[in-house]
Amino acid sequence: MKYVEEFRDPKAAQRLLAAIARTVEEIGATKESPVYIMEICGGHTHAIFRYGLDRLTPAGVEFIHGPGCPVCVLPRSRVDECIELAERPEVIFTSFGDAMRVPGTGKSLMQAKAEGADIRMIYSPLDALALARRHPDREVVFFGLGFETTTPSTALSIQMAAREGLNNFSVFCNHITVPPPIKALLEDPYVALDGFVGPGHVSMVIGIHAYDFIAKDYGKPIVVAGFEPLDLLQSVLMVLEQIRDGRAEVENQYARVVPEHGNPLSLAAISDVYESRPSFEWRGLGEIEASGLRIRAAYRAFDAEEKFGIGYGAGSPREVSEPEGSACGLVMTGRAKPTDCPQYGIGCTPETPLGALMVSSEGACAAYWQYGGMRALEAAG
Amino acid sequence: MCLGIPAKIVEITDADALMAMADISGVRREVNVSCIADGPLERLVGSYVLIHVGFAMAEIDEIEAQRTLEALEALGEAQETLEAITESARALDGARIEENPRFEAPRLGGRVS
Amino acid sequence: MLPIGNTAACVRWRLPDEDGQMNMERPTHLRDKIVTMAHGGGGKAMRDLIEDVFTSVFQPDGMEDQARLFDASFSVPGAALALTTDSFVVDPLEFPGGDIGKIAVCGTVNDLAVGGARPLWLSAAFIVEEGCEIALLRRIVASMDEEARQAGVRIVTGDTKVVGRGAADKVFVTTSGVGVIPPGRSLAASHVRPGDVAIVNGVLGDHGVTILAARGDLALSSNLMSDCAGLGHLMEAALKAAPGLRAARDLTRGGLASALNEIAQAAACGIEIVETALPLRPEVSGMCEVLGLDPLYLANEGRLVLFVPEDEAEAALAAMRSVDVGKGACVIGHVVSHHPGMVVMKTRFGGSRIVDMLIGEQLPRIC
Repeated sequence: MKYVEEFRDPKAAQRLLAAIARTVEEIGATKESPVYIMEICGGHTHAIFRYGLDRLTPAGVEFIHGPGCPVCVLPRSRVDECIELAERPEVIFTSFGDAMRVPGTGKSLMQAKAEGADIRMIYSPLDALALARRHPDREVVFFGLGFETTTPSTALSIQMAAREGLNNFSVFCNHITVPPPIKALLEDPYVALDGFVGPGHVSMVIGIHAYDFIAKDYGKPIVVAGFEPLDLLQSVLMVLEQIRDGRAEVENQYARVVPEHGNPLSLAAISDVYESRPSFEWRGLGEIEASGLRIRAAYRAFDAEEKFGIGYGAGSPREVSEPEGSACGLVMTGRAKPTDCPQYGIGCTPETPLGALMVSSEGACAAYWQYGGMRALEAAG
Repeated sequence: MCLGIPAKIVEITDADALMAMADISGVRREVNVSCIADGPLERLVGSYVLIHVGFAMAEIDEIEAQRTLEALEALGEAQETLEAITESARALDGARIEENPRFEAPRLGGRVS
Repeated sequence: MLPIGNTAACVRWRLPDEDGQMNMERPTHLRDKIVTMAHGGGGKAMRDLIEDVFTSVFQPDGMEDQARLFDASFSVPGAALALTTDSFVVDPLEFPGGDIGKIAVCGTVNDLAVGGARPLWLSAAFIVEEGCEIALLRRIVASMDEEARQAGVRIVTGDTKVVGRGAADKVFVTTSGVGVIPPGRSLAASHVRPGDVAIVNGVLGDHGVTILAARGDLALSSNLMSDCAGLGHLMEAALKAAPGLRAARDLTRGGLASALNEIAQAAACGIEIVETALPLRPEVSGMCEVLGLDPLYLANEGRLVLFVPEDEAEAALAAMRSVDVGKGACVIGHVVSHHPGMVVMKTRFGGSRIVDMLIGEQLPRIC
């Protein structure tokens, strides 16, 4: 596969790992006193574990897994609202596969589907539009989930629905943005980070200057990275070199995909359809200002919250607490490792997940479970 | 949010609706090209794009891709130079190596289990 | 004494007509186009359906409630009867490279074959939804007939039920299969031991990905076809060349990863596989990348993994490659004494990761 295979070459990986090892030595970082690098994006978390990069890099580099997993930061109440919508007989509820197994307060979308709700898993919002055209007598609701990578596609779909007058189509908008939670983490006195690996596909939309504040105001290096193993390793090396040289800059390792100023057509669609909510609830981080998007008044007819009277549109959002005894919030913000959570492997497993981090393939807990077993194996000798 | 895959645009299927056929190693899916439709659509045929949830979100810059790969190659050359330097240094230290049998060559790749 | 495998004395094959030609086009008397509740009622309508759609093709010996079967191989002291049962609910019923009928025969034959049994007879029970097109049933039956011929088995008895609209998804098929295991042959997962070599017979995941694409809701198209195939002849060839063959498993739901985990646990050994040794078509890799799926968990319907002692691996490979469905046979890993019960994959970077059993269902993802 072009533009994929070349970035998985093991020999190049070895060279990068050697350079990383040398730079770590030059910095003087050790297992007891490592360099803390946060990979913001859940897709990067998944890739790091899938290729075992966390075990191939020296002990002086420690990855802190960031909150860039839109499924993981979804509050339970939102899942409950999805199920409420889906259980209405006139509704066909459509969702990406990622969200299907996330537990709400009682059940997940998958369980609701088993109990008879018309919930369909789709690959693209375009498929939801097609469903709406095919079933004019039903209300098709699309669960709009994700960071800025996915926001343009939902926005464009709403614009298409408006042009066609497809009035039985609406979006339950839960789109969120990356910079605000990063700022929240940088403000948190308990979180100690030396550098960032930045989200490649979010940046493809918003450009790299959205992260200037990280370097300028907080003095931390950030390298926007691609998703193949060589991309990640090269980005880690670039972060380490900045740390070694005492620099704090925004660099773009993924220049083949990420334009410096992002994608104008995507950004135009987003600003046409969406506006910022004053604040939005993030699981594990609480309410964060200006971090969530809602559909503008001009497109109110396609806003599921308006149509069905749920979510932030229905008055005060409901309070739903974390699952009993679990540390989802701490793990998500990098303050704890999955194995530190008292429920990890006990009450919370992939078969019986308590929280989204165990369900989502990007969630730190799921990644640990699936790929991290080697660590335990090696420790046992 | 992150699963994007490079694909080749092989055909414009509906210019008005901004739809094109993308090919990933023989698997095809119609994708929407609104995000990269600045100019005549035909020019996209044969180019590589990044697909996410059925939309082409960016054109892959061939030159930048080459540059990245070349940087990785250059790292290789720098690495070899470094090894050459290390080798000759060790050759000079030959006598010391004999004395100290526990001398180890620099481990490449950190903790490779 | 009849030679083993010759059942001609007691079961009638379809007879050629006067010209010596096998008449594949049977005259049909049934005028109905769709299945109705009457066809399940036990009366004339049902008899007509059965005769016209099923028994005219499968040609069982007589119409008793049970098939009476003889085979000399059972009288050999130490021979064992192998019995298996399976249900088939694939959706869509017809897809590139096969249909539910083909899977039903191959799946049953393969369950027998991977145990070292020579498959002999199948039963086939059909639960049909009211409104199902009879033409569809005929196509399924034709597939089963063709597949049975290729595998050298006969479909000797069956059942038909009709349920109301919505109570079944068009057609469900349940089979059972009977075979004979010759004396002295004993394949079991628990026989697998450190040093053994793991071999698969070809590229992985074609069936799983074909079905996903065929479902239509992902709007992906490709030239991929299901790998659905009978593995009886392949197993016989392998067993002949590698009599020390320890165990085999067909890689259906849950894919290679699940089968390997089962074996590792039963044998209380570890299994190590090599990522770069896993055979995959570029289209399957591409599809997996697009949807975020792991090919290790994809379903196959014509693939098995078998374990042979190290010194018999070359011979097993050669024998497998001489059979059509084994042309792509290759070594994917071996059995070790450490990490017992676990399957570990060496990644292309030299790192390792544990390959677990599939949990729940693999879902396409965007993240």
